[in-house]
Amino acid sequence: MVGGILDYLWLVPALPLLGVVLNGAIALFSERPLLLAEAGHEEAGHGHGDARGGDEAPAPYRKLVALIGPGVVGAAFAVSLLCVLQLAARAPQDRLFVQVLFPWIQAGGFTGSAALQLDPLSAVMILVVTGVGFLIHVYSVGYMSHEKAFARYFVYLNLFTFAMLTLVLGSNYLVMFVGWEGVGLCSYLLIGYWYEKQSASDAGKKAFIVNRIGDFGFILGVFLLFWTFGSVDYTEVFARIPALSGNGTLTTEIATAITLLLFVGAVGKSAQIPLYVWLPDAMEGPTPVSALIHAATMVTAGVYMVARSSALYMLAPVSMGAVAAVGAVTAIFSATIGITQNDIKRVLAYSTVSQLGYMFLACGVGAFTAGIFHLMTHAFFKALLFLASGSVIHALSGQQDMRKMGSLKKHLPITFPTMFIATLAIAGIPGLSGFFSKDEILWKSFSSEHGHLALWAIGTLAAGVTAFYMFRLVFMTFYGESRMEPAVEKHVHESPWSMTVPLMLLAVFSVIGGWVGVPEVLGGHNYFEEWMAPVFGHGAAHEAAHHPAALELALMAGSVLVALCGIALAYYLYRVRTKKPEEIAEKVPGLYDVVLNKYYVDEIYDIVIVRKVVNGSIWLWNAFDAAFIDGIVNGIAAVVRGAGDGVRRLQTGVVGNYAFSLLLGAVLVVGYILLR
Amino acid sequence: MTGLPADFMANILTVLIFLPLAGVFVLFFLPRDNNRLLRNVTFAVTLLTFLLSLPVALKLDGATAAMQFVVRAPWIADYGIEYHVGVDGISLWLVMLTTFLMPIAILSTYKAVEKHVKEFMIFMLILEVGMVGVFLAIDLFLFYIFWELVLIPMYFLIGVWGSERRIYSAIKFFLFTFAGSVLMLVAIIALYFHHHEVTGVYSTDLLRMYALDIPVKLQFWMFAAFALAFAFKVPMFPFHTWLPDAHVDAPTSGSVILAAILLKMGTYGFLRFAIPLFPVAAVDLMPAIGALAVIGIIYGALVSMVQKDMKKLVAYSSVSHLGFVMLGLFAFNVQGIEGGILQMINHGVSTGALFLIVGLIYERRHTRLISDFGGLSKVLPVYATVFMIVTLSSIGLPGTNGFVGEFLILLGAFKTNRVLTVLAATGVILAAVYMLWMYQRVMFGKITNEENRHLRDLNAREVAYMLPILVMVFWIGVYPQTFLRKMDASVQAVVTRIETKRQAALSGRPAGETLLARYFDVRK
Amino acid sequence: MMEPAAYLLLSGILFGIGVVGVVARKNALIILMSVEIMLNGVNVAFIAVGSHLGDVTGSVFAFMVMTVAAAEAAVGLAILIAIYRLKETIDITELNVLKW
Repeated sequence: MVGGILDYLWLVPALPLLGVVLNGAIALFSERPLLLAEAGHEEAGHGHGDARGGDEAPAPYRKLVALIGPGVVGAAFAVSLLCVLQLAARAPQDRLFVQVLFPWIQAGGFTGSAALQLDPLSAVMILVVTGVGFLIHVYSVGYMSHEKAFARYFVYLNLFTFAMLTLVLGSNYLVMFVGWEGVGLCSYLLIGYWYEKQSASDAGKKAFIVNRIGDFGFILGVFLLFWTFGSVDYTEVFARIPALSGNGTLTTEIATAITLLLFVGAVGKSAQIPLYVWLPDAMEGPTPVSALIHAATMVTAGVYMVARSSALYMLAPVSMGAVAAVGAVTAIFSATIGITQNDIKRVLAYSTVSQLGYMFLACGVGAFTAGIFHLMTHAFFKALLFLASGSVIHALSGQQDMRKMGSLKKHLPITFPTMFIATLAIAGIPGLSGFFSKDEILWKSFSSEHGHLALWAIGTLAAGVTAFYMFRLVFMTFYGESRMEPAVEKHVHESPWSMTVPLMLLAVFSVIGGWVGVPEVLGGHNYFEEWMAPVFGHGAAHEAAHHPAALELALMAGSVLVALCGIALAYYLYRVRTKKPEEIAEKVPGLYDVVLNKYYVDEIYDIVIVRKVVNGSIWLWNAFDAAFIDGIVNGIAAVVRGAGDGVRRLQTGVVGNYAFSLLLGAVLVVGYILLR
Repeated sequence: MTGLPADFMANILTVLIFLPLAGVFVLFFLPRDNNRLLRNVTFAVTLLTFLLSLPVALKLDGATAAMQFVVRAPWIADYGIEYHVGVDGISLWLVMLTTFLMPIAILSTYKAVEKHVKEFMIFMLILEVGMVGVFLAIDLFLFYIFWELVLIPMYFLIGVWGSERRIYSAIKFFLFTFAGSVLMLVAIIALYFHHHEVTGVYSTDLLRMYALDIPVKLQFWMFAAFALAFAFKVPMFPFHTWLPDAHVDAPTSGSVILAAILLKMGTYGFLRFAIPLFPVAAVDLMPAIGALAVIGIIYGALVSMVQKDMKKLVAYSSVSHLGFVMLGLFAFNVQGIEGGILQMINHGVSTGALFLIVGLIYERRHTRLISDFGGLSKVLPVYATVFMIVTLSSIGLPGTNGFVGEFLILLGAFKTNRVLTVLAATGVILAAVYMLWMYQRVMFGKITNEENRHLRDLNAREVAYMLPILVMVFWIGVYPQTFLRKMDASVQAVVTRIETKRQAALSGRPAGETLLARYFDVRK
Repeated sequence: MMEPAAYLLLSGILFGIGVVGVVARKNALIILMSVEIMLNGVNVAFIAVGSHLGDVTGSVFAFMVMTVAAAEAAVGLAILIAIYRLKETIDITELNVLKW
């Protein structure tokens, strides 16, 4: 098949990789000597924070970095756009393009090629990754401008983009795993960007290790998949499903095992219960990183993977149930934590966990299109929320505690409205992107053959909680009395254009992003579902029964009402009766503390798993290795030595004794021979 | 490269084995106080050996399982012992690894070894003779000679140039491996007589042994003897305790060679001798050996995690990594074995590099305790980058060499034994824990110890010997085809041999025979 | 043809005296002499049995033993002299430097 511009698909991941190489060279040859010189002069104990100070004249190489870093991602976006347009020009059933670059791992019957695949699903993903990614790169130029290790930051950020594009463009599970671990690595590097800060390097390590637990499940799933299907290529695996189901090779149990193992990977990567603990800590990273990795792209990889494997999941009802249940529980669980947090980024982090729960809920009920739709709209408004919060933090010289904000509305004329739009979108206010995607999920969780009223109820309740904590955030940050420290208040300023332009663009998308999927019942047309049909057509769940349009409208109205209630409650508690929240907290101190401390999950993990393992290992080392095994080894040595010690006493050195034993021996030998 | 004359190429393997020995004779005649000259000459000899090994790798035909570049001459003809060397897809990369790492190891000693430089270099070169010989020998007797030859220089390297408890560690190292190899010698002799009994010919030729159909009971005992000898060397749990001691007390270059190549002699022995010679016993004992391998993976990782000494941490991680190799070899399929071989190379590259990295910091601070460091990233950016890449390679991140090996091993093993594979895969998580935790404690955070503030970053020589290693990390990680394709035929031959020999040996036996009945005549 | 019984008895007695001398005495010189007596006891047995069987091998061996005994005496006495110069004693209970 001649691809035209599609033949250049490889440029999409290659361009960010080029950025890594170029920026890496700059970091090594231009930035390193400067940093070393500074380190030499620096006094001990000087720390970094999310805030930066000092206005040194920027070195010329920084301009180059600021050009290359966003530039390559922008170029990748352009190539992606051209490729997707080319793809869209084809008939729907032909919208699949595979580009094999080179054979990567081959052994025996196993072949894993480095190959890319563009289809409607990966098309959406690459546009989101490069599009939102580009805006965040641009934003980063402003946000990180005071950082010393400027080039290193862009090396990591470009590397992340490369890995994420590999993940979504790979044409088989092996390449997906490369991206999968690659984004985990970049997440680790970027969370720990301020490596001198203990909490940052702890958080990076935690993210990597928890992700590895998920990867463990993922890779085992790939093994089982390969030995079942004899391939790891998406197209071949899915094409063999009918034949293998027919001859009994692919039983429901095996499909369940494969999908559950893969889902373990998704749970780790997308921060679902019980592996969500790394994501809130990941907020130690720079805020644009939180926006790109821990909101818009990387954490959605799990959703992408489940959607990509939809044909397999549809064979395993148990796995579908597990996905839906985990998603729904995570959605409500982390939303409740979001209510009590005071750190602006942590609220958003728990919100992300909660929204990812929605996406899994969608996948679990077979509404993969809805899940990806929400993934896309979420990328817009959550990236915007993070970037706007970054703008706030930037304005407040690093302050992240919402209790020390307030009345910022007038100071931040661009940040405030954009953030407000995003808040409306996430709360599900009709007309904005979040409304369409979230409502689609809620409706499917009720109407699908895999759906259930309970799932809808949990989802709707979580929507209400979401609206509440998001407006709590807006009210605490932008309205009311100023609670800022005077020194900080003096310097409050709106961010530079490189930060505000991305905010405005993202705000536009947060509004219109949902218009590609307006439900029929509202008189629109769901273009998004039509676009995705070639990918999910064969596997998408059908509605359990035909539901009247009135019911859909009623449920929609219900969820909007719940969201409005949430907003109203937030208004009441944080605008009208501002003392009330504290009173409530005092009335139920136990419950409040539990939620404030994130249900003590981290502590429980620490006591139940981490310490046990560490103490057990110390025991293994000291008691088992050193005392027991080496005890045996040294024991044998001691026995041999002791025996020698005993026997050498026979060597008296007196010739007579030797002569006597000689005689004795002769007598014994002769006696034996004679008496035999 | 290929412009070398044909009769030279025909004897190239002999040249590879004995060129370092020629270097030893040159060193004899050099003044003992000119350290610079001694070092440079040794470096030149090892580098030349490496360059001469390149045409072997280039010209080796991966499409045939036959031994190539064979040199064969009668040696002790009365006993059927020959000088018989050759290379195939299994040994090729181990030879290359040896010749590749030797110049690097020599370069790393320029600042680290100051006393008795002449003797040190002589021992290093003798070590190379033994190591290359072990991988190239096709005659069992010749193999045994080289196998033992390796022990002696390493014993002295640890015992003379080591740190505090060097004597204890050197003797422990020697006795452990020697205890195993004596058993192997007995098994070799038994095999020698068995071969005579069956064929009427006295021979120690491995290829002739391959042709035998050894009775299953004999297989059991011979496999046990060979396996024990190799298990000491690998080392497999619970025979591993010599390793941390030997590593901690060995000089850096000794540790590099010990970890990168000496341990591979054990795994290579399994693949070259124990498995193909005694396939029935090997397959039957797989659950036991696999279980020990998996225990080694997890145990090594856990113990590694709580070490306070960087070198000991890396040493215990070797136990874990070698467990992966064993699991791969005992998967008995192409994926597992190719993964196993690749992982031998990977471990040589990555763990060798880790020892070099620990050595670099030891040269600067004369301590290896993790708690003495912290915040080094700030003052040693190049070192930090190298360390990070090697760390990632060690924990098997895709794109680096470690991933390809571990992936193929686990993929192959998953088919053979799922439970063991699932347990083994937890080792991948634990690897991330202990490596990243060490990296964090050493490199991240603030500089708490003032002595660390003015450390010198890597100089040109140090970069020069780390750079080839980094190239290999990415080469194997991104394009493993270069390495895998040379192995195909040889590995396939081993797999086929295991299957056909097993079928032949077991065809007349009752179905559902228990192992106790098969090997000990115990019937219910 | 002669009966060897009496000669063998003599041989046994001589050998026994030698053995007792070697085991019981402490003077190295006496021990050396006792060894000579043992050797000569054996010589008597060799010659007696050889003559009884009409075979010269016994006599040949006796000469052989005498030669060796002479050499041994020479070397042994030389060692004794050397030891005496060093230690000023030839009491074997004092000469236990090979102990352990």
